[in-house]
Amino acid sequence: MIDPISKGQIRPDSRTTPPDGRPHRLQPKWRKDFPIDTGQDEYVSRRELVKFMVLTSGAFAVGQFWLVVRSLMRRGEAQPPAAPVAEVGELPIGGAKTFHYPEGSPPRLLVRLGENRFVAYDQQCTHLLCPVVPAVKEGALHCPCHHGWFDIETGEPTAGPPRRALPRVLVETRGDQVWATGVEEPQT
Amino acid sequence: MAVPDDLFFYVDPGRCIGCQSCVQACMQCDTHKGQSMIQLDYVDKTTSTQTVPMVCMHCDSPTCAEVCPADAIKKTEDGVVQSARKPRCIACNNCVIACPFGVPKMNTGMHLMMKCDMCYDRTSIGLKPMCASVCPSQALAFGTRAEIEVTRPNSKAIDTFQFGNQTIRTKVKLMVPRDHPSEVLDVTEALHQPTIGQDAIECVFEEEER
Repeated sequence: MIDPISKGQIRPDSRTTPPDGRPHRLQPKWRKDFPIDTGQDEYVSRRELVKFMVLTSGAFAVGQFWLVVRSLMRRGEAQPPAAPVAEVGELPIGGAKTFHYPEGSPPRLLVRLGENRFVAYDQQCTHLLCPVVPAVKEGALHCPCHHGWFDIETGEPTAGPPRRALPRVLVETRGDQVWATGVEEPQT
Repeated sequence: MAVPDDLFFYVDPGRCIGCQSCVQACMQCDTHKGQSMIQLDYVDKTTSTQTVPMVCMHCDSPTCAEVCPADAIKKTEDGVVQSARKPRCIACNNCVIACPFGVPKMNTGMHLMMKCDMCYDRTSIGLKPMCASVCPSQALAFGTRAEIEVTRPNSKAIDTFQFGNQTIRTKVKLMVPRDHPSEVLDVTEALHQPTIGQDAIECVFEEEER
């Protein structure tokens, strides 16, 4: 360990004498690591700083690598089995409801755009996970938290802070029921 | 800012009249508002009205900091041992048990050890600590060495204490009679000495028995 006193950064007379009275270089490591004096406690040597920077950046790099690996592994995953999420007559044109697909997922938003046109997206805004609300007249989904806007036809962000599209749930009508058949993660 | 080098804190138990002014004033200190850090103790309540104000002695090698497992108690360059750092203190009570002077207090509600920091907000800019500024008999005094020598010719200041095998040097000085034979106060030995006033009480009891 670099000694801040020998480097002249701390006044030597301010250093606490250890109880056994032996010089500081003979003291155990824990005493050097946990000094009683404020000056030494707050002192960060160049070596400590560099160690911290290297380890932290290393952790960030490993984290990025892990994210890449995880997304590659996810690509091969099968879509969840199709499930009915609503009755066709349940929603008026321009109406919306939330559902979970697959069971236990974050809430999804189903919007009826026309007689037989349904779209469904993740309800969580891709900015900070606020729930988005449909603004069908404007042809958009609106996040009221920071005024993010998404295109209701595609889920692409059109205004405000969000930069990524809403994950889309594939839906189709089977008879008088609306079925969810898969989730389309946006390409990042 | 640091406490000026020429200003010292003197505790003169012989002058204490037990008025509790220091205790009240301590509560007004900005660093621990509403909580007094002074222990105003009776020497021996059964035989004497003598009280002793106990403030932190700010040891050169603070036992409280030595035993702190959380690295929470630190000493600043001017020798003042600061109260525990809130983010670090784990309320383990080690310092409370270890301090030979019995100074640190555990605030169980806040999970924090609090102790006298010599009113660091005041002394670091050259003001007197709250207790010394109100003490009517100046049993707690804050000033230069010269001031104390002039105003208290019958006392001398000592700063070394013996607790069993442990010798402690402190920043705060204790006033003892000038004819005290030693520069070291052996506290363990003093525990076995009769309290002031003990002989008078014994006289009274003897007379009553007769």
